[in-house]
Amino acid sequence: MKKDNIKKRVFNDKLYRTFVSLFSFLSIIPLFLIVYFVLTRGIKYINLKFIFSMPKPMGEIGGGIFNAITGSFIIVGISALISIPIGILVGVFLSEYKEKKYIEIIKIFVDTLQGIPSIVIGIIAYLWIVKPLRHFSALSGSIALSFIMLPLVIKATEEILNLIPIEIKEAAYALGAPYHRIVLKILLPSASVGILTGILIGISRIMGETAPLLFTAFGNQFFNLNIFKPMSTIPYLIYVYATSPYREWHNQAFAASTILIIIVLSINLFGRFVEKKWKM
Amino acid sequence: MRKDRAFKIILLLSGLLIILLLSGIFLSLVFSSIPSIKEFGINFLFSNTWSPVNSKFGALPFLIGTLLTATLSLLISIPFSLSISIFLSEILKNRFISKIFQTFIELIAGIPSVIVGLWGLFILAPVIRNIQTKIGIQPIGVGIFTASIILSIMIIPYSASIGKEVISMVPNEVKEGAISLGATEFETLKVVILPFSFKGVFAGFLLSFGRAFGETMAVTMVIGNANRIPVSIFSPGQTMASLIANEFTEATTKLYTSSLIEIGLILFVVSMLINILGRLIIRRFTF
Repeated sequence: MKKDNIKKRVFNDKLYRTFVSLFSFLSIIPLFLIVYFVLTRGIKYINLKFIFSMPKPMGEIGGGIFNAITGSFIIVGISALISIPIGILVGVFLSEYKEKKYIEIIKIFVDTLQGIPSIVIGIIAYLWIVKPLRHFSALSGSIALSFIMLPLVIKATEEILNLIPIEIKEAAYALGAPYHRIVLKILLPSASVGILTGILIGISRIMGETAPLLFTAFGNQFFNLNIFKPMSTIPYLIYVYATSPYREWHNQAFAASTILIIIVLSINLFGRFVEKKWKM
Repeated sequence: MRKDRAFKIILLLSGLLIILLLSGIFLSLVFSSIPSIKEFGINFLFSNTWSPVNSKFGALPFLIGTLLTATLSLLISIPFSLSISIFLSEILKNRFISKIFQTFIELIAGIPSVIVGLWGLFILAPVIRNIQTKIGIQPIGVGIFTASIILSIMIIPYSASIGKEVISMVPNEVKEGAISLGATEFETLKVVILPFSFKGVFAGFLLSFGRAFGETMAVTMVIGNANRIPVSIFSPGQTMASLIANEFTEATTKLYTSSLIEIGLILFVVSMLINILGRLIIRRFTF
């Protein structure tokens, strides 16, 4: 009887291992399914003309997404310009004052900011920028996206700075360096690669964000570089084309998604690569 | 010295900015919801008519739609995310393979939500439609169930990575104790690891529930956009986030916009509470 018991226990153990391994591998299948289906349907519509020409009117065959590509880069670029300096400053603040009691509260605030659903961020940018200016604008989209990127930069900066040995700071103090120079010339440069990773992950995240742009940057059928006017972006275009009734637009949505996946995943992987190199 | 003081003030101001930003977001949402709060009061949460034409707004269908999709997606995701957490921290010993596996999981989280939605709409929904035809339900394809599957794919990486972290925090001594008493790995998991890390794993589920609660684009594309209380998990519905995405630019009256913003306020408050609770549990767990 005892022997049976052991057999059963060993069997359970094997069952558990199989189950856990199986379910783990099943979970990464969607990644391949999504990338495979989007790429195979999208790649045949991608050519230089698709990338460098403007959209055709509703339902017509042909046309490209040049305005959406430039729009995405402009809007993401401006949000990066807003959120990187502020994010780094707040990150330095959180790490340098970590003994203070009130820092815990600010950390919770940063966490909360990160947890706000992106559609709510869109409402805020609408209320703060679009409503006073009375029209949709690329700038309002940039500001919405910068709210999403900000907590990512803050956390990356704070985490990396916390890893820097205190001896480095003490050595600088001992040499008589003033505080702001220690932060700017010693701490931040030694943390720079880690912060860069955070920035790249943040950019890859907001590059694909759609919800905050629905009623801020809106979209634009035409080529536009004026940030006070509505501007198209790749994710917004994918959403509009995918939910439209036109087959041609569906195909273009897949093609645009292929381009977006390649951009987003390569920035993301590059960020990880940078981090790995730094760790060694 | 003066530069030093200026620098310290800038740092303090940057911290203050975060507090102002979040308070500003909250106050803006409350302020813009006032017309709707005044008009409907608490009934806003319990009424199921959403009729812009008659200026009658009630959020019940969307509250139910959101809770249903988020709960369903969490239930679907649990066996997968828990397996990944255990697999990465306990079973997979090869660090190189483990790293690659982890990168794949994180890349799922990196796919833009609109692309997951596109895939759901054009690839998954037809599959679901076929299944629905076979089991004899009205074949719609899109709906609560499809949205829940899409959401579960999107939240698995979050609960898996939190779960993995808390499970690897279980001290080796405790595990070794169980193994030296003759426990198999499964028994060690059951009697030592899971009870030890239960709170942290739970917090991971809570936080991913919060994610599912506020996720917008993918859900909007596959939920079917029906402004009524869903009768089954296969019927089309609407979540709070997808409602805002669909109707915000169409809202013409002040009351309409304000009602949508009040729904945004509910989203904000709920996700804030879930976040704070989840982080507090995790933080207490790590100490």
